[in-house]
Amino acid sequence: MDESRRKFLKEAGCAALSAGCVFPLLSTACSASGQEETRPASLSSQWAMVVDIRRCLNEEVRRACTEACHREHNVPDIPDPGDEVKWIWSEEYQNVFPDQVHAHTATATREAPVLVLCNHCTNPPCVRVCPTGATWKRDTDGIVMMDMHRCIGCRYCIAACPYGARSFNWRDPRDYIERDESGEIPSDYPTRSKGVVEKCNFCAERIRAGRAPACVEAANGVPEGAGALTFGDAADPASEVSRILRERHTISRRVSLGTEPNVFYIV
Amino acid sequence: MRDRSRVIAGLGVFVVLAALPIWHALWAAGDISRPELELPQDESQCIEDTEFMRNRHQDFLNQWRNAVVRDGETEYTSTAGEIHTMSLTGTCLSCHDNRDTFCTRCHDYANVEPRCWDCHVERGGS
Repeated sequence: MDESRRKFLKEAGCAALSAGCVFPLLSTACSASGQEETRPASLSSQWAMVVDIRRCLNEEVRRACTEACHREHNVPDIPDPGDEVKWIWSEEYQNVFPDQVHAHTATATREAPVLVLCNHCTNPPCVRVCPTGATWKRDTDGIVMMDMHRCIGCRYCIAACPYGARSFNWRDPRDYIERDESGEIPSDYPTRSKGVVEKCNFCAERIRAGRAPACVEAANGVPEGAGALTFGDAADPASEVSRILRERHTISRRVSLGTEPNVFYIV
Repeated sequence: MRDRSRVIAGLGVFVVLAALPIWHALWAAGDISRPELELPQDESQCIEDTEFMRNRHQDFLNQWRNAVVRDGETEYTSTAGEIHTMSLTGTCLSCHDNRDTFCTRCHDYANVEPRCWDCHVERGGS
């Protein structure tokens, strides 16, 4: 009697232990394989941008890009850096490419200003963490889109983005949008409201109308800025962007993270 | 039960007092009439049937919103076969050019507060 009870308890314990070990492993394996499947297949079209850092050393070029973009999209100009909202702006080389500088990198290189914007990654971490589907990668052209109607302001995407490309609206942006001559909001593009996250949309609304992004147009409008920004379809071998990527030495930000940015830089 | 009349009178007073918010609302509201909306002068027909637009415009606008923002579509073909650009400020407001005397007047009456204008920019408006 005692012998069989002891045996029963032993077997039950072993069974529970093995179940406890095997099931978590199994479920991890399943979810891992599931994640593999959700990785985007290569898109038939992927908008991309090449930034020529040397041509963007000219301050006027960079300012023209930022001003054109921020005016086009009614981006507020909030003086407090903790609350500011940015779509395209300048950062020092050493902060844009922290894995490209070493102990002996020249100061001029370290501190060179570089235009930065959303990278519209092929494997965007912001999209992966968004709980509401407010940000998603558009499968027709690879733009990482934002739907302000669905954003609940949780800021997971801000935490997930390794490039700091996203801004949160801590205040009502309308109070900080520079008005035009007649005192109106300068662009018809909808402003955002307090409590949503925003970022560069690669000018999806202009692309739809067959126009180049505002920053590209603005850069080309400045004498020194011609060719500073090039925009095109990286999936189309005949595009200007593809030609540059084939022929020139280009880098992109923090390649080791595997996000596969679609904004490239000519150093 | 010799207190019956007093109990009933007390209950009556209690009911009147408990329902005070209702009396107050009825008294404070005054005369209520359906809002008079200013309709566009040059147009006689909205994109869809008037009755449908009145009852379902919120769903209709949500459908437009999702089509434009999520699916990148721009054109809507109405039941009558006309093609319209799906745009709140571009299409709807091109006829209903004063939202205060159209949208807001009815929304105030129905006590609903849509958030469209927190973001969408109205030309010549606030």
